[in-house]
Amino acid sequence: MFRNNYDNDSGRIFQVEYAQEAVKQGSVVVGVVSKTHAVLAAIKRNAEELSSYQKKIIPIDSHYGIALAGLASDARVLSNFMKQQSLASRLTYDRAIPLSEITLRIADRAQTNTQQYGKRPYGVGLLIAGVDAKGPHLFEFQPSGVTQEMIACGIGARSQMARTYLERHLDEFANSGREELIKHALRALKESLSQDKELTVDNTSVGIGGISENFTLFEGQDLAEWLDATFENREAQDEGGEAMETDS
Amino acid sequence: MNHFPQAWGRPRDDVYGSYDHSHFQTNGPNQHTQSPIVTGTSVVAAKFKDGVVIAADNLASYGSLARFTDVKRLRKFNDQVVVGFGGDVSDMQYLDRLLLSLDIRENYSSTENPLNAKNLHTYLAKVMYKRRSDFNPLWNHLLIAGLDGEDKPFLASADLLGTTFSSPTLATGFGGHLAQPILRKLLPDEASVERVSEEQAVEVVKECMKVLFYRDARSMDKYSIAVIKKDGVELKEDEKLENQSWAFAERIRGYGTQTA
Repeated sequence: MFRNNYDNDSGRIFQVEYAQEAVKQGSVVVGVVSKTHAVLAAIKRNAEELSSYQKKIIPIDSHYGIALAGLASDARVLSNFMKQQSLASRLTYDRAIPLSEITLRIADRAQTNTQQYGKRPYGVGLLIAGVDAKGPHLFEFQPSGVTQEMIACGIGARSQMARTYLERHLDEFANSGREELIKHALRALKESLSQDKELTVDNTSVGIGGISENFTLFEGQDLAEWLDATFENREAQDEGGEAMETDS
Repeated sequence: MNHFPQAWGRPRDDVYGSYDHSHFQTNGPNQHTQSPIVTGTSVVAAKFKDGVVIAADNLASYGSLARFTDVKRLRKFNDQVVVGFGGDVSDMQYLDRLLLSLDIRENYSSTENPLNAKNLHTYLAKVMYKRRSDFNPLWNHLLIAGLDGEDKPFLASADLLGTTFSSPTLATGFGGHLAQPILRKLLPDEASVERVSEEQAVEVVKECMKVLFYRDARSMDKYSIAVIKKDGVELKEDEKLENQSWAFAERIRGYGTQTA
């Protein structure tokens, strides 16, 4: 690292702050846990009308998955590492890797990247959610290598609105059932959406893990029921999409 | 003293003769263990309704010589696992150090989620299989006794080939021939485990240790016994066989010097 990469007086490392800025540019993801379930929900973005949506939730092992905000390519590196470590744990110990353990391992990797010459921090923030031997967990991971266990959390663009919603309903999460928890996650997600946008089956992604329930990713039509149930008051979506525009 | 620093501090050639460098290099290919040297004999274990009991004597033999008479062959790993070692004692000590380093690593990691017997059995079986695949086996037969992830009794074995086996009762070495039939009378199948109490299991294992002492010439009357239950491990390492009866020995014919 060169002298101009950090500030001598405050000890700030600029690259880490730029990386954290990259997380704030990413579209929002939220996570919540109850006593029985852990839920991740995310807004997917597409680069243009004709392109597909960028993946936001990655199932890692049968007991947990991650949601990402920031550079998807860096998340790929981390998720591949997590998949490998999870598999290694299952092979050598016949044990589902504890969530605190895998979080610590990527945190160590990320921190090393902040203090070695020629390296850069990962430009991605993660929410790690699932169930291990000690029950459901949600962890937040930042590019600096900071990790925290959370009850509910939101990261990414305009995530402050989502966090405000989560803080307001903090006491309800622990005893929520599966469906109730999903509703909370979707409502929190909706909060941080700009006025002219809506949650649709195309741009939303939900991941659920629970005690005796494998972590599963839900996308597309699988979400329709939850979206309708959560936002009852909005007008029903046209089935089969809008009529095709033709030049007559 | 001469003027060659590389010679300082070494035995002088004019006094001791020049060093024979052939001691320093190996002739021919590397040789791995082809047979065990100092050995422990049988380990026996049996499940009961809320745990497992495991026992092994305290003898380490050097061939047929009873060389070390105070060797503990049961190793407590944590509050829910005990490993019993049969076979080579030096390889047992290597595995002991390996388990210690694993335990330290586990305790430094943030999880308060100790490895259970099933985890440890998987791990040890991989270690054994890896070593046999290197053509350098650890010459042991292990019994791993304890509780699995659901706090249910767990008992399984791993041998020098990496072969694994699980059963309500297990015995290694000579015990496989002499103790298993006795244990199986009490515990014929998995379903019978629920009907066996701790007292019954301890009694039958002690009986097995006695029979093994009667008939296995590499055994001893001092032994270790451990009971693993939900509330922890009770390990006794200085037990003595009780109520021995050698009356049967009178009737043995066909060995030794007697002619009729």
